[in-house]
Amino acid sequence: MSWFEKLLPSTIRTEASNKKGAVPEGLWNKCPSCNAILYNSELEKNFNVCPKCEHHMRISARTRLNMFLDENGREEIGKNVKPIDPLKFKDSKKYKDRITQAQKQTKENDALVVMKGQLKGQDIVVAAFDFSFMGGSMGSVVGEKFVRGVNKSLEIGAPFVVFTASGGARMQESLFSLFQMAKTSAALTKLSEAGLPYVSFMTDPTMGGVSASLAMLGDLNVAEPNALIGFAGPRVIEQTVREKLPEGFQRSEFLQEHGAIDMIIDRRQMREEIGSVLSLLMAGRARPRSAYKPEFPAVKIQPNTVTEQDANL
Amino acid sequence: MDLNFLDFEQPIAELEAKIQELRNVEFDNNIDISDALKQLEDRSLALTESIFTNLSDWQISQLSRHPGRPYTLDYLDSIFTDFHELHGDRAYADDPAIVCGLARLDDQPVMVIGHQKGRDTKEKIYRNFGMPRPEGYRKALRVMKMAERFKLPIICLIDTPGAYPGIGAEERGQSEAIARNLFEMAKLKTPIICTIIGEGGSGGALAIGVGDRLLMLEYSTYSVISPEGCASILWKSADKSQLAAEAMGITSDRIREQGFLDEVVREPLGGAHRNFHAVALNLKDALGRHVRDLARQPLDELLEKRYQRIMSFGVFAEEAK
Repeated sequence: MSWFEKLLPSTIRTEASNKKGAVPEGLWNKCPSCNAILYNSELEKNFNVCPKCEHHMRISARTRLNMFLDENGREEIGKNVKPIDPLKFKDSKKYKDRITQAQKQTKENDALVVMKGQLKGQDIVVAAFDFSFMGGSMGSVVGEKFVRGVNKSLEIGAPFVVFTASGGARMQESLFSLFQMAKTSAALTKLSEAGLPYVSFMTDPTMGGVSASLAMLGDLNVAEPNALIGFAGPRVIEQTVREKLPEGFQRSEFLQEHGAIDMIIDRRQMREEIGSVLSLLMAGRARPRSAYKPEFPAVKIQPNTVTEQDANL
Repeated sequence: MDLNFLDFEQPIAELEAKIQELRNVEFDNNIDISDALKQLEDRSLALTESIFTNLSDWQISQLSRHPGRPYTLDYLDSIFTDFHELHGDRAYADDPAIVCGLARLDDQPVMVIGHQKGRDTKEKIYRNFGMPRPEGYRKALRVMKMAERFKLPIICLIDTPGAYPGIGAEERGQSEAIARNLFEMAKLKTPIICTIIGEGGSGGALAIGVGDRLLMLEYSTYSVISPEGCASILWKSADKSQLAAEAMGITSDRIREQGFLDEVVREPLGGAHRNFHAVALNLKDALGRHVRDLARQPLDELLEKRYQRIMSFGVFAEEAK
């Protein structure tokens, strides 16, 4: 403590020392990548991308949806779905308390926000992960809301887009969360059958159970520049293989080079790019159906189960 | 200390060693000490019983990874006949951490897919400790599609610490390989029966674990992350693995309470590693019943039930609007 702080009355002093080290609320922000001091309103105008080094900063689910969707006709899906604690899980802290704390901090019920809305006048359903809610981890609520989003897409015949930002499955829900990988992936089979486009837009970071389910199943797998995307975390891999990881390992550019994603899209262009791609993909749906009658009758396919006689057990 | 026995099995190991010694004495000297032997055997049995009726979750987690525990190939030997192993994903490599092939369960032809761990050091390394790489999951998917074409029920035997966290695995799309299997298995037009036979390690287990039935051997475990991993993240210390195992509820009993299981397959006293034959018989009986039962269901009903089953996973609250 400096001599000056010692002179200050104690009430002022604690306030001042509390603020030390915390991110200052207000006008200025520091880029975590290039350390440039940035004027907040400038940064917001630039979609929270650093104007100096193009670093895409992490943003909340609601900020993302606000940036991505048209202003009109937004409607939130599964707003009232809330997490519970099925296992009465407790580590150094109770899971219940962690939920309450995250809800206070983020003002969200859980780590996924889903909305029906429009992108450049086209109907669309969008889900966005909130990384600041327990690391964007996927538990029962995230899985359920994702499925409801998919169902809304099916109902209105609109494309489905997800913005991922997640450390993986939520340990505190154990198998309930592991099985959300199966649940979200299974729901996506219905979109695929209905011929509706699914775009997975991966942002920093997309790891573990989220990466190994809904994130990698897009008709279009897209990523923001320099996002960390992978199954196992870099630290775990380093400990397992006991060697230094190559430069740029598990970053978007690395994934594109290795054939895992279709393209990298700058956040400032996401509305234009996704809007354009979706209008191309949706164009085929206008085509008239069943005009063509095959000359030969289609082959009747045998029911594909094992019969009792077949089984002969 | 016998390394083939776990800590809490040591008292049993000591007794068993004593019994073996006495038997040798009896044989070498041609004397009759059968009364003493019988007494010791009874004690060993009683001891095993008392230890195994009060197993902690952490002890079960150790049992599920017991070095002597039967693996997929052991079950292929003892339960199935006419096994023909199918290799390779047709794109990159053959992954020995997953074994696939055609076989018969009694008279019923089936496709068997299972993780495979190694018994000795050399084989452990060859099998990569049962941790598959993307090509393993892609091989599994390839043979699943084949089973679909030829109307064969699929039997998955799950026993892995998890998908392999390596540089090459990431480069070749570990995430995509797992995700693709979850997607395809949800709609595969043939019955799928999944059984955890040892360690059900997270996404690496689930990637061959989506189906119409889920069975667990009594002393197997299934979890979203290993107790060690969970402890080191949430407790910041791998020493708290016991607490993590209990908190996550990873044993067959706990998972049945959570409503995910169709059946717990009982293991003999002392665990599967003490009597391969007994556990194989139980598993064979269970698999046979489920295969027959699923065969009775029309395909569209089977697929709808599977979809609804998957959609029912998860618990949450919802307030009225």
